Amino acid sequence: MRMLLSGNEAVAQGAWEAGVSVACAYPGTPSTEIVENLARYPEVDAQWSVNEKVAFEVAFGAAMGGKRSLFACKHVGLNVAMDPLMTVSYTGISGGFVVVVCDDPQMHSSQNEQDSRWMGIFAKVPMLEPAGPREALAFVKEAFEISEAYDTPVLLRMTTRVSHSKEDVEVGGRVEVETRPLCRDVSKYVMVPRNARGRHAAVEERMRKLEALAERIECNRVEDGDGELGFVTAGAAYNYVKEAYPEAAVLKLGMAYPFCDEKIAAFARTVKQVVVVEELDPFIEEHLKALGIAAKAKDRSFRLGELGTESVQDIVERREKRPTQATGHKPSFCAGCPHRFAFWVLKKMKVYVAGDIGCYALASLPPLSSLHACVCMGTGVTLVEGIGRAQPDEPLVGVLGDSTFVHSGITGLINAAYNKAKGVVIVLDNSITAMTGGQQNPATGLTIRNEPTKKLDLEAVCRSCGADNVDVIDHRDIRAFEALVKRRVGEKALSVIIARSPCKMIDRSRSAMPAYEKDLCKRCGVCVQIDCPALTAAEDGSISIDGALCVGCNLCTEVCPFGAIKKHEA
Amino acid sequence: MERSRSMKRDVCNIVFGGVGGQGILKASEICALAALYEGHHVRKSEVHGMAQRGGSVESHVRFGSAVYSALVPVGSADFLVCFHAEEHERLKPFLKEGGTDLTACLGPALRAVTRRQHLNTYLVGVLSARLPFEEASWMKALEAVFDARILKENIKVFVAGRSAQYDLE
Repeated sequence: MRMLLSGNEAVAQGAWEAGVSVACAYPGTPSTEIVENLARYPEVDAQWSVNEKVAFEVAFGAAMGGKRSLFACKHVGLNVAMDPLMTVSYTGISGGFVVVVCDDPQMHSSQNEQDSRWMGIFAKVPMLEPAGPREALAFVKEAFEISEAYDTPVLLRMTTRVSHSKEDVEVGGRVEVETRPLCRDVSKYVMVPRNARGRHAAVEERMRKLEALAERIECNRVEDGDGELGFVTAGAAYNYVKEAYPEAAVLKLGMAYPFCDEKIAAFARTVKQVVVVEELDPFIEEHLKALGIAAKAKDRSFRLGELGTESVQDIVERREKRPTQATGHKPSFCAGCPHRFAFWVLKKMKVYVAGDIGCYALASLPPLSSLHACVCMGTGVTLVEGIGRAQPDEPLVGVLGDSTFVHSGITGLINAAYNKAKGVVIVLDNSITAMTGGQQNPATGLTIRNEPTKKLDLEAVCRSCGADNVDVIDHRDIRAFEALVKRRVGEKALSVIIARSPCKMIDRSRSAMPAYEKDLCKRCGVCVQIDCPALTAAEDGSISIDGALCVGCNLCTEVCPFGAIKKHEA
Repeated sequence: MERSRSMKRDVCNIVFGGVGGQGILKASEICALAALYEGHHVRKSEVHGMAQRGGSVESHVRFGSAVYSALVPVGSADFLVCFHAEEHERLKPFLKEGGTDLTACLGPALRAVTRRQHLNTYLVGVLSARLPFEEASWMKALEAVFDARILKENIKVFVAGRSAQYDLE
């Protein structure tokens, strides 16, 4: 049967067909839909894990226990799971273990643009790289085979344009794989120095065998051309080469690592000019240099952002990257989003706000402009401690979400308490992992399949971590919220404020739209500062409220100093 | 060397664009599914995550006998389906010379639909009249993307768009 599948859906389908039994992930764009889709197959034990390190370890444990298993993450998620990855490379697996990593060239929804292909070299594990959904399905199946044949975790590297593009894909049935017995081989699975030395030798031997595999594996494919240009390319970049130079010879590297050195050298001999076309870092380019193969490579300016069909000729002709098009509409909090209330208050208070990863990073954009730092998950706690050590008199608060607090805020809070730090951390508990599209987490009390489970008690956790004060408030009462934050910022204490109000993607309730009384309006523009998508100002400063977008949250009525926006009277 | 910058003749390129929440991904999904049911090789690009919080959203659909990239190169869209007038400036460069710009019917379309949630279905209807697919493929696509609860009203909106007479370049 042919279906229209995204790259992520194709990975899920391919893993299911390959008999995967356990799948773990923490949500992260562009990887989220992989395990989200795996949870739809009854044969797969799928979960949202607390963070990527935990997800990796649980999935690996299942592989060690003899089942085929999968861990999926975005590029920065793999950083969190690097600790186990580096050593699981040594232990090897038992049941097949595939690690899917989705990079985000162009940073459509990410904090950096790292090229995870280096992780293959760094961890000494093979890496496959599909160019589209059809290949994603085929490659994930191949990855399980390689994993078991070579006793290694296998990386499957995707990019946003592979994960989030769709293609018609031929789907098949599931092949069940027998569970392997649990093996008590201490020399293989207990990584103390004495054993790990032996395993490092095994890893190097494995690399030698994988290099031989790279020479014969079908996904490293030569497509004949007219003998002039010969492109060495991989992943989404392959698609652009085929569009721009359909007559040229191509060596498509489906196996990103290890390299097929002999095949590359043989290919280079068949064409007049070798051209490397790849997104982000000069990964293939540098390897060809090391092999002593003369190849034309892209200008450095192409190390930033994505490529497109238009880029290929520019690369061939050694031009610089053209400036990217205007970005268009900026994103903002949804109408009625509780985060808007919180950041309005923090903006008014003029405090320094350290944040982490989530929808609330949007608060850094004007006109709200009330978030001043955002690095990675958990920094809503740790930066408050760190900045406080450097600037003890600066009024500051940290913000993070319910999901990121559980991901890596808890350890920071314990650290702050243990090291006698003072400060205020606001957990914006909207009871969902929102930015990635609305996934459950331990604080919501629901599993990936929306089944009820043990619900993490955030208040109790904060207290037992050592917070002096734990307040719970619905911050849509902005006066009460402002008073509370002011009081806690003024104290010498470690305080957590749990600001609890559900995400508008869960709570779809609407109230009546407020009424705008133009005659009372002084055109002061304060209401525009809340950055509500339903509220727009005309040239003359008067405003209009869009009835289709407004959910009646009434923040605009609260902030208007002249009573010109009136709450609807029932 | 012979180099063909333009797509192979048989590949059709469509760019959908607007802002988050307008149902752009659903519109491109209907179109991509209809192309699939017609037996084409289909590729489609989407945006997720940060960009969907009311920011600019773009989705490209390409179909033909063999399609590689999911992205429509600048200057090669056969059709531009724009959902938001303010996004038109940004999206216009995708259109190829002689391509069809559906932006001209955005105003009339907004007047024609009683609920704004129907704009996407209506515009797909307008587009459908210009694509060589069987009506049955469109109906199958509509059935695939809409809940039974709202399927009927969307078919009605689609048919209204499909039969509307717009003089587009």
